[in-house]
Amino acid sequence: MTARDLGGAADPDELGSPDSGSHDPDEGGHFGPYGGRFMPEALIAAQDELAAEYDKARRDPEFVAELDRLLRDYAGRPSPLTEAERFSAHAGGARVLLKREDLNHTGSHKINNVLGQALLVKRMGKRRVIAETGAGQHGVATATACALLDLDCVIYMGATDTRRQALNVARMRLLGAEVRPVSTGSATLKDAINEALRDWVTNVADTHYLLGTAAGAHPFPLLVRNLHRVIGTEARQQVLERTGGLPDAVLACVGGGSNAIGIFHGFIDDPGVRLIGAEAGGHGLDSGEHGAALTSGSPGTLHGARSYLLQDEDGQIAEAYSISAGLDYPGVGPEHAWLADSGRAEYRAVTDEEAMEAFRLLSRTEGIIPAVESAHALAAALRVGTELGPEAVLVVNVSGRGDKDMDTAAHYFGLVPEAGITGEDQQ
Amino acid sequence: MSLQEVFRNCAEQRRSALIGYLPAGFPTVSESVGLFEAMVRGDGHTPGCDIVEVGLPYSDPVMDGSTIQSAAERALRNGFRVRQLFDVVSAVAASGAVPVVMSYWNPIHRYGPDAFARDLRAAGGAGLITPDLVPEEAGEWMEASEEHRLDRIFLVAPSSTEHRLALTASAGTGFLYAASVMGVTGARESVSDSARELVRRTRAHTELPIGVGLGVRTAEHAAEVASFADGVIVGSAFVTRAEREGQDGVCAFAGELGRGVRTASPEPAGG
Ligand SMILES: Cc1ncc(COP(=O)(O)O)c(C=O)c1O
Repeated sequence: MTARDLGGAADPDELGSPDSGSHDPDEGGHFGPYGGRFMPEALIAAQDELAAEYDKARRDPEFVAELDRLLRDYAGRPSPLTEAERFSAHAGGARVLLKREDLNHTGSHKINNVLGQALLVKRMGKRRVIAETGAGQHGVATATACALLDLDCVIYMGATDTRRQALNVARMRLLGAEVRPVSTGSATLKDAINEALRDWVTNVADTHYLLGTAAGAHPFPLLVRNLHRVIGTEARQQVLERTGGLPDAVLACVGGGSNAIGIFHGFIDDPGVRLIGAEAGGHGLDSGEHGAALTSGSPGTLHGARSYLLQDEDGQIAEAYSISAGLDYPGVGPEHAWLADSGRAEYRAVTDEEAMEAFRLLSRTEGIIPAVESAHALAAALRVGTELGPEAVLVVNVSGRGDKDMDTAAHYFGLVPEAGITGEDQQ
Repeated sequence: MSLQEVFRNCAEQRRSALIGYLPAGFPTVSESVGLFEAMVRGDGHTPGCDIVEVGLPYSDPVMDGSTIQSAAERALRNGFRVRQLFDVVSAVAASGAVPVVMSYWNPIHRYGPDAFARDLRAAGGAGLITPDLVPEEAGEWMEASEEHRLDRIFLVAPSSTEHRLALTASAGTGFLYAASVMGVTGARESVSDSARELVRRTRAHTELPIGVGLGVRTAEHAAEVASFADGVIVGSAFVTRAEREGQDGVCAFAGELGRGVRTASPEPAGG
């Protein structure tokens, strides 16, 4: 079976053909009052170029076929849907099905987006790619695509995160990318994005900014969403085949929101399917240390779009916190803001503690070590399953695998006697 | 005085306007007032800035290089709050220069564009420079600035298409801010040819005065830019002088730049 049979990327609708329905933003990139382009004028021309090139590419059968081929032969799509029987017992007996993005090449959903954008870079004739990364997953995926397609690659990463995710730094370097630690501001993901934007505005003529999530200025939220829609399209077909019906709820973790928007879109026109996003609750919403922009932030503009974000009363951006670097971000993609306001999707905060419990539980019951980011969605599934009971069917997006998180887990659960596996001076 | 009047006066003197930038609250609110006053006063021989850009320190200044970033960070660490901006603006207005505010959009979005415009006007501010707000997203700001009679200063860049130059020129008032190079703020070795070219292209679309910023750091740069632009904008270099030499250094530098804009032989230009 090919990705095409599963409604994979070869379906023109999948790449978001312009006539594919009512879920596209307006021409200026607005989802209701959210999105748009709150960007320096100097970058508008590049955004326009990208939007125009994407518009052409998604109608071009050759581009679509090339992406489809890479997703299948290189990334390993379609990713399986795995029945999690023993885990289900802890989720109120609800039937839990896992969408296995962790099995993709490079270990997370991020590869879907980078392959698509890297092909666009080639079309635009640019030679140099820059990207931000938090957990390192997007950086690794970007470095991978650049190695494959022979592009120069520079990754900006918060200095705090280069310590938390030292192994991913090594991976990126091995793949030939230059990793530039960023120590301004909070030295995490948002500051890495700032630095990448500064690079872009300086080098935009030959450089593409390969944004890693469905956020930022138009066309990024649309482009990244459409490149991840393959997750939802596959999942819908798989769950229909497996259970003969649609699930009661689809769950995903939300950092910037790319894996969530990708799987949500497979079900967005199925009103009976609840779409539930799990945000980083960190030490709890009351502690003020979290990354829950939708559940506890307010509207504002950050990194090019209007959306929900964490800010103080002066509109200064607050530092986010999460045990998972990938969810440690004070903003969220604009389409999620719109889905939250319209009520089509619901968002819940999951604390570090709940996420780490779910992380261990999935490891022990299913032999699958998820990314700590994905563990937030799994923790939400434990709650939702308990609420809905044994008749319910839940699809959970396992957005990535937990290899990168072994240091965090080892410390958290006291699994190793010493300072850590990599010898980093964490915690 | 309005921005229009400043540029008219300067044109009568056959020179460009000198526009200086510093962040409000840097290093503290009261010290920043002293620095702004110094920037206007000049060195005793030559007056300093005609127009002052009061920067609103922001946590995520993507258009700024490291000099202005760290100055803004320092202001925020020292407890700067948005409401204090208006006191600084009043002080600048009292010093005889025309104050405009330069701010990223989120703090204004948060304050409420209408309330912000009202309070800025009441403090004696003449307008607002918006480095991350393009005309297409400025609906609320168009209304608020109209209502409270503030100028809207948008940016144009070397990458702006003719279409965008026209669009931006028609949405702006007061003056247009031409970002001389592709890049962030920060002092540079030379002012690139792209500035001259951008000003030439922009003139075709507007009667508005055009100020050139990004990279101007010496009296020679100022003189060069003054030969083809209506305003010379200096930011990072002022921050550096303020850091190293305090008020005295800022006075001296403002005087040097003031002489720079007065020694240029202006090319014939509209606006
Ligand atoms: C495995 C994994 N899941 C989720 C995320 C969060 O990103 P997004 O919300 O865009 O899916 C990341 C980000 O690094 C990640 O690595």
